[in-house]
Amino acid sequence: MTAPTGITRATLHKDLRLEWRSKDAINSMLFFSLLVVVVFSFSFDPSAEESRQIAGGLVWVAFLFAAVVALNQTWARELRNQVLDAYRVSPAPANSLFLAKTLGNFIFVSVLEALMTPLFIVFYRLRALGPAWQLLLVAVLGTWALVVNGTFFAAMSIRTRSREIMLPLLLFPISIPALLAMVQATTAILNGEGARFWIVLLATYDLVFTTVCLLLFETVLNAE
Amino acid sequence: MKKVFPILGVLTAILLSYALYQALVGAPTERTMGDVQRIFYYHVPSAWTAFILFFVNFGASVFYLIKRKPAADIVALVSAEVGVVFCTVVLITGPIWARPVWGIWWTWDMRLTSTLVLWLIYVSYLFLRRFSSSGQTPLLAAALAVLGALCVPFVYFSIWFFRTQHPQPVMGGGGSIDPRMLHVLLINWLAFSCFAFLVCWSRYRLEKSQREVDEAHAMESLLDPPRSVR
Repeated sequence: MTAPTGITRATLHKDLRLEWRSKDAINSMLFFSLLVVVVFSFSFDPSAEESRQIAGGLVWVAFLFAAVVALNQTWARELRNQVLDAYRVSPAPANSLFLAKTLGNFIFVSVLEALMTPLFIVFYRLRALGPAWQLLLVAVLGTWALVVNGTFFAAMSIRTRSREIMLPLLLFPISIPALLAMVQATTAILNGEGARFWIVLLATYDLVFTTVCLLLFETVLNAE
Repeated sequence: MKKVFPILGVLTAILLSYALYQALVGAPTERTMGDVQRIFYYHVPSAWTAFILFFVNFGASVFYLIKRKPAADIVALVSAEVGVVFCTVVLITGPIWARPVWGIWWTWDMRLTSTLVLWLIYVSYLFLRRFSSSGQTPLLAAALAVLGALCVPFVYFSIWFFRTQHPQPVMGGGGSIDPRMLHVLLINWLAFSCFAFLVCWSRYRLEKSQREVDEAHAMESLLDPPRSVR
């Protein structure tokens, strides 16, 4: 039997290679968040100094919506040819699969963020008045919060009718504290205020929800 | 057990009418707000009842995850349903009170926002139960209930950072309340809790018989398949 880390690595490798060859998720995410940027620019004056106040919310809403596109594909891909059923009857630990999927999504969404951030900076004339390295921290913690819950709820929603609608319905309410923390931290850093409280809150949220998702994932995967 | 239900129903009806009388007539009129304040006797007990029901939902879900007893699943479902109803009452009576007193229907204050988020979490729970196919629903719902309940402290803590406009909580908030008002409030709470318990109970029986009927149908079609199948 392969070690759990080996299974995680193999699944992650497979997902990354699939994505590298098709580029389905990343292309649709990129185009989607580009659309969000354009649509938002109609609702207020993007070049005004006040737009700094809402920039944090805007960036994260764009990433959140785009992430749902990738998250919906995560498990749907495994339904073809009964891959998920095969995984369920295999002795491989469920959490290895969960970790691989979460890491995969984390990489996809991070790539999206890396590509979109320069565009946001150009379109909305963003400039951090506070320490910019903290933005990186907020991005990593925030993305992880979205992705760990999103992967978990995507595994839940593939069991339901109209699964593509179900994921945001489950993910958004539970993610509200994390979203609030991300948005507030980003806005605070952009405006040169302290974001310490929000970063600590986000880190705690990540810790708690990663633990609980790992504890419950096997139950959800094997639910019959 | 069958006799207890009507007795409890009558008792609840009496208690509710007494509480209504107390809230509308018995309680003293508030000095600055006037009669508008009387909605408080519905608003606050509903909120407490809703919070208790959500807590019951969490407990039942954890119990279900450990023991896998179908009864625990029904309790979780029922408490979430009735809890959402009471939470809706809170969210409706709040603005009715806020319009004359604050001059606005809604404000994004801590307690309002967190109650709304709480409502959203449990509505999404009911959505999952509705959209999920029957066999796996209890487990998925229990997992979601646990995550939702864990989310609640985060909701409160994160929104706590906003300045609060809501009146201080009656219990442990440092606010003072006329003892007669507190008396009426507690009577109303008792009445509401009894009412909630009664509704939960009858909904529990309904859900239980519904499941028995479904099971009987399934058994019947197994034992005696329709002619077209044969």
